[in-house]
Amino acid sequence: MRNFAIRRFIYMAVVVFATTALVFVLSRLTGDPRNVLLDEYTSLEQYEAWGKKMGLDRPLVVQYGIWVANAARGDFGQSLSQRTNSFDVIRQRIPGTLQLTVGAFIFAFLVGVPLGVLSAVRRGSILDYTGRVFALFGQALPPFWLGIMLILIFAVQFELLPPYGRGGISHYILPSVTLGWLAASGFLRLMRSSMLEVLDSEFVKFARAKGVSSGWILWKHALRNAMLAPLTYAGLLLAGLITGTVVTETVFAWPGLGRLAVQSVKANDFPVMTGVVMLFAVVYVGMNFIVDIAYAYLDPRIRYH
Amino acid sequence: MASLADSVSFEDASGQQSIATRSWRFMRRWPVIPAVILVVLVACAIFAPLLAPHNHLWGDLRAPNVPPAWLEGGSAKYLLGTDNLGRDLLSRIIYGARISLQVAAIVLVFGAVGGTVVGLVSGYLGGQVDEVLMRFVDLSLAIPFILVALTVLIVLGQSLEVIIALLILFSWGGFARQVRAETLSLRTLDYISLAKVAGAGTTLILYKHILPGVVNTIIVVATLQVGSLILTESILSFLGVGVQAPTPAWGLMVSDGRDYLDTAWWIALFPGMAIFLTVLAFNFIGDWLRDRFDPRLRQLND
Repeated sequence: MRNFAIRRFIYMAVVVFATTALVFVLSRLTGDPRNVLLDEYTSLEQYEAWGKKMGLDRPLVVQYGIWVANAARGDFGQSLSQRTNSFDVIRQRIPGTLQLTVGAFIFAFLVGVPLGVLSAVRRGSILDYTGRVFALFGQALPPFWLGIMLILIFAVQFELLPPYGRGGISHYILPSVTLGWLAASGFLRLMRSSMLEVLDSEFVKFARAKGVSSGWILWKHALRNAMLAPLTYAGLLLAGLITGTVVTETVFAWPGLGRLAVQSVKANDFPVMTGVVMLFAVVYVGMNFIVDIAYAYLDPRIRYH
Repeated sequence: MASLADSVSFEDASGQQSIATRSWRFMRRWPVIPAVILVVLVACAIFAPLLAPHNHLWGDLRAPNVPPAWLEGGSAKYLLGTDNLGRDLLSRIIYGARISLQVAAIVLVFGAVGGTVVGLVSGYLGGQVDEVLMRFVDLSLAIPFILVALTVLIVLGQSLEVIIALLILFSWGGFARQVRAETLSLRTLDYISLAKVAGAGTTLILYKHILPGVVNTIIVVATLQVGSLILTESILSFLGVGVQAPTPAWGLMVSDGRDYLDTAWWIALFPGMAIFLTVLAFNFIGDWLRDRFDPRLRQLND
């Protein structure tokens, strides 16, 4: 278990390093940072002095070190479009994205898991087909279009829910469904296939042969074991969720990190963009690490791969 | 399902099948509807200038937001209606097929070739080479695509070439991983050892003896990828960092329609429907091909 955790940790460090290096190289490709920071009235001496101060006369490796050290403290430089520290700009947007993701996760879990279990238990029934259609839609629906169609139906036609913005609880419904749909179909498919596998296993057959009631088998034997599978894929779902927040927040004018990323791309605001990417990357890699460890803890077979 | 199978076999035995039963059986065996959608789509992409009833870039400004033909106020001239600039939606959707398929095709050619070469080499040589190459694959699959895409697009500017290059980076890893897995099982077979004994070089073995064995896998992976490539391109276009106006990319058209939801909902509805049906059709065909040619992949993907 310890070796496994160490191996995964090293891997995580490599991914973080690769991402930061990539972002750093790209940030240097945008040109000399002095050019955006200083105006044309700066004298050559001042220009050189700034270069020294920012460490631009040092080797690239040292510059990378300085950049990482600053980034770790949340200092990505001045936001170019808002003229304040980019960290403050980013920090304001964190709660919005967090709440939206929680909403989406609740939707995905409440819809995906029960529907997946029922599809497996009543295989070939109407419910199973409903579940399959739901999952197929999840993979093929463009998330932005899903959001817009939900707005069209529930906000424009029936005027039941607010079309955009953040506010009361009703503001959360449409964005959560939009963001959660893909994750829900992921949960559903995993739950269904792992339930089918468990229901077909020897110990469930044995329990049946013993005369244990099917409800009891479902709860006590099958569901517990089948729940493991969706957990491994939680990391994969997270990648989908990150893409999803970018799209969903744009559709619903939601004040979160995803929309901030798009806005800063359009405004050429590189410091803010870098900050958002780094934050997402660290969260993503960190969550994957936690999932890996949790899974290895729950299923000992994994550790010895 | 069981009852259906029963009725079919019953009618088999009696030797009289109604046309409905026969066509239902045919549809269950072959992905007819998705195939029809794909044929229509490819035809649209190739013959866009011939099929499009109107100009896709210039509209009639005197006829903005005309509803689809079957609605009140609609006109037979514009089957699916017009957008806010009076451009015919049907024509734009037909040209949009061109963009989507073009992007997917170019990306797949490069992604498949690159990924296959890496997968073959990695799987056949094994050892250190395999270790290093597979870490790169892991890495390319581990970094969230949208973040890299946004970062690169801000630096290099937003152009179709950059998007295609990004999507290739997103695509090759899947090929490399599956081809490697397949190569690993092929390289232990007798005919490969015999080729080696006969003095065949590595390149020759890979090209002549292993590549033909992984072609099925490549085709299945490619078909399964088309859907997500088209989706990803449409997402970037929707966000305004992909294909730029006035080029009729489907994602961009949905984004145009957002501002007119209360007055002209069809502008957002139809292009999105086109994306949805296209991706659905490709996913269907991909699943079908996988089950038919390469059932082992099912375990890897599901």
